[in-house]
Amino acid sequence: MPIDMYNTFCLIQLIDGGQMTQGPEPLPTPDTEPFWAGTRAGELRLQRCGACGRYFFFPRPFCRFCQSPEVAWQVVSGKGRLVSYVINYRPLPPARPDQPLVIALVELEEGPRLLTNIVGTEPVPENLPLDAPVSVTFEVRGEQALPMFRLDGEAAA
Amino acid sequence: MTGMHGGQVAIVGASETGRIGVVPDQSVIELHADAARRAIADAGLTAADIDGIATAVPFPVEVSHYLGITARWLDGTMVGGCSFMLHVRHAAAAIAAGAATTVLITHGESGRSRVGAVPYVRGPASPSGQFEQPFGAMTPYATFTVPALRFLHERGMDRRDLAEVVVAQREWAAGNPRAFRRKPTTVEEVLDGPPIAYPFTREMCCVVTDGGGALVMVSAERAADLPGGGHPVYLLGSGEASEAPLMSQMDDPGSFGAFRRASAEAFATADVSHADIDHFMGYDAFAHLPLYMLEDVGFVGRGESGAFIAEGHTRKGGSLPMNTNGGGLSYTHTGMYGMFAIQEAVRQLRGEAVSQVPGARISFVQGVGMFFAAAGSLVLSNRQP
Repeated sequence: MPIDMYNTFCLIQLIDGGQMTQGPEPLPTPDTEPFWAGTRAGELRLQRCGACGRYFFFPRPFCRFCQSPEVAWQVVSGKGRLVSYVINYRPLPPARPDQPLVIALVELEEGPRLLTNIVGTEPVPENLPLDAPVSVTFEVRGEQALPMFRLDGEAAA
Repeated sequence: MTGMHGGQVAIVGASETGRIGVVPDQSVIELHADAARRAIADAGLTAADIDGIATAVPFPVEVSHYLGITARWLDGTMVGGCSFMLHVRHAAAAIAAGAATTVLITHGESGRSRVGAVPYVRGPASPSGQFEQPFGAMTPYATFTVPALRFLHERGMDRRDLAEVVVAQREWAAGNPRAFRRKPTTVEEVLDGPPIAYPFTREMCCVVTDGGGALVMVSAERAADLPGGGHPVYLLGSGEASEAPLMSQMDDPGSFGAFRRASAEAFATADVSHADIDHFMGYDAFAHLPLYMLEDVGFVGRGESGAFIAEGHTRKGGSLPMNTNGGGLSYTHTGMYGMFAIQEAVRQLRGEAVSQVPGARISFVQGVGMFFAAAGSLVLSNRQP
């Protein structure tokens, strides 16, 4: 079974990383720490270029569009739209096969796209129309908080 | 002065490992060596003739030393499964520049049995470890697949188009004893198969196998003098391109810019057009990739890829026979499939394929690597222009 092989292969990665409680926890680096400081504070912060005005992701100390070092962190709206997704029926432990995981691409109003999870809705295609508006929510993962998204109109859990 | 394109450099040796599929009694390095020794013999050469080596995993020195080769040119380019397309391109440049005369390119991977395999680890501080893996995007089937719904949605296509890819390619694999999945199938069967990651069912995901392959390249001038070089396959053109190391950061999830850029350079350097292509190999780790490729490489217009396959144009007797070994979806997929796509193109151009395309003269090979991070394109022919 091909998928079992992938599972084995990825489990090795997880065990090697020593993070087995809720799933892997990100380890911030100096260039990304302000992003994670934001999520820990319940804010989605992105860098914006002072020269060309564009927001970009993931973090780095200069603008990837125009190379300007004049970049600043800003709190963004946390609003976006569902660009694409899969419903993963074979999630790795500790996620459970009876709890399919929606792995999604969300494009923020400010432009950048994040890979994330859609939470707060039954993970079936009928509930997940592409281009649906979504809003950020945060899930604590170890010492960090992960930016995840809810479909607008879904009640907060 | 030899140029790298225009048929001035040729593949003169090519072979896969003796066995592919389930090979639990050969380690990764043995698979490299098995394929390499067959390819060198196929060229009518010996290990002593090899002065250049290229491979992706493990490091080229490990492979050259194991084989008893002392290289004066090494290329360890690693961009995932299309690394070998880039190796062919780089080897051609090296031969044209005089940096090497006889280059060996090898692949071996114990993708299924994991014998002597090096774990591919991206730590929690890596971009993937920070921005993708925490969200469950760890396995290829739950990462490489994420943009597919966008592609389909923008074109009014659906899951049936993914299933049609599987059905068409299974037809090619049906008569191939080395193919891992050979049983003919239907759109309904594919859609009703075990769900893996919606919209993908099991048969829309590649097989996972053990195996390897190797190539030997020399100048066309030298090819003409080789005792075993009676069937050179010439490099007409090539291209390579990079995009983002994270799937989520590709410029457009509904179309892959690196396919467009690499293939455009390959067509331009080869000085051929789409109508000149007799045979197409498109790296298919998952069923959406041939759809992206047919459109991004420009064989069909936007939104036409699904109908093109469903109408049979990529099947036997079609205008663009595609993935004629059955592809990664049916033939084999060790983890880095690109070498096998090149091997099938070489077999077709030599007239040695199991499911031979009559009169195939020019083949286009499109690779993809590290999910949607990199691409490599080759235009190969059995005749010099």
